[in-house]
Amino acid sequence: MEDIRNLGEIQLSCLREVGNIGAGHAATSLSKLLQSEIHMNVPRVCVVGFDEIADVVGGAEQVVIGIFLRVEGELPSSIFFLLHQESAKRLVSGLVGSYGSGDQEEFTEMEISALQEIGNILAGSYLSSLADFTKKDMQPTPPAISVDMAGAILSIGLIQLGPVSDYALVVDTEFRQGDLEIHGHFFLLPDPGSVNLLFESLGVASV
Amino acid sequence: MNVIRVGMADVGTASSPDSLRTTGLGSCVGIALYDPYAKVAGLAHIMLPTATSAEEKNRAKYANTAVPMLIQMMEQIGANKRRIVAKLAGGAQMFTFAGQSDLMRIGPRNVEAVKQALSAFTIRITAEDTGGNCGRTIELSGVDGSLLIRTAKQGVTTI
Repeated sequence: MEDIRNLGEIQLSCLREVGNIGAGHAATSLSKLLQSEIHMNVPRVCVVGFDEIADVVGGAEQVVIGIFLRVEGELPSSIFFLLHQESAKRLVSGLVGSYGSGDQEEFTEMEISALQEIGNILAGSYLSSLADFTKKDMQPTPPAISVDMAGAILSIGLIQLGPVSDYALVVDTEFRQGDLEIHGHFFLLPDPGSVNLLFESLGVASV
Repeated sequence: MNVIRVGMADVGTASSPDSLRTTGLGSCVGIALYDPYAKVAGLAHIMLPTATSAEEKNRAKYANTAVPMLIQMMEQIGANKRRIVAKLAGGAQMFTFAGQSDLMRIGPRNVEAVKQALSAFTIRITAEDTGGNCGRTIELSGVDGSLLIRTAKQGVTTI
């Protein structure tokens, strides 16, 4: 089994490129949906201990909106789209308008299904570009959503890695919507075994 | 008084008046052990039910290996396993999918494995807050063995 702690510079930049292409397509879809410009940062590729994974969004106890999908097919992985509550509210208010109750903390059913749909669109475009790029078959499950502590949400993605590792490989891309101050994180967590398959499909040496 | 942090797939011990804390339990289970006579506390944050390989390096990750490890650590600082009692928290199902895969059922499976591991040492469970669909942060007091449970939606309770 691969040891993701041995990733070299070539492999890291390959993963950054994978994140870049996937997230670039996802950002374009989101821009179209919201009819406003979406900016994204160059993806951060990091190998983190299970405890540190939630630090990116403010720690294990930080309450976030988590949209989670499993990727099935030739490169099984987990995908999370994480948003802080205020960002999620702003994001959906642009979509559901007066159906949402923008000033309340709780999310309405309408807002939840809008967020789910956003997750679906983002992950769908992320994956289809990744599948084109790697020539691998990848199928997302329908998105599931939870509003809770970041640590509790992300741990479901670590369960797959648990039996073989104490570390996770995370490809993290941050999105921003210019004047509305929405930021979200898009996490790709490849399952054990998927990392080397990914490198193989792109002609990069495995770890 | 110090609050000692226990990470994911980690164990820790403390003596009164210190306490132990672990954050963001989802499908993971927090195993809170306490010897009320010695006032020694032990906390494990397990991720998975059973270790499949005997060579597993991180014994704190699995229910069946973390329980004996934690008992041993508590005995080293004065606890006696005949007096130890347990409280459990966690084992939630954070996401609901149409098709219930094994991955999604990991919370209940973790709780079941912890109970089995505890019964092997005839350790009694005095209270539990397990299952449901919410994340939990817990703090085990070394003073009296009370377990404080904080959730994002339902506030704070003590068991």
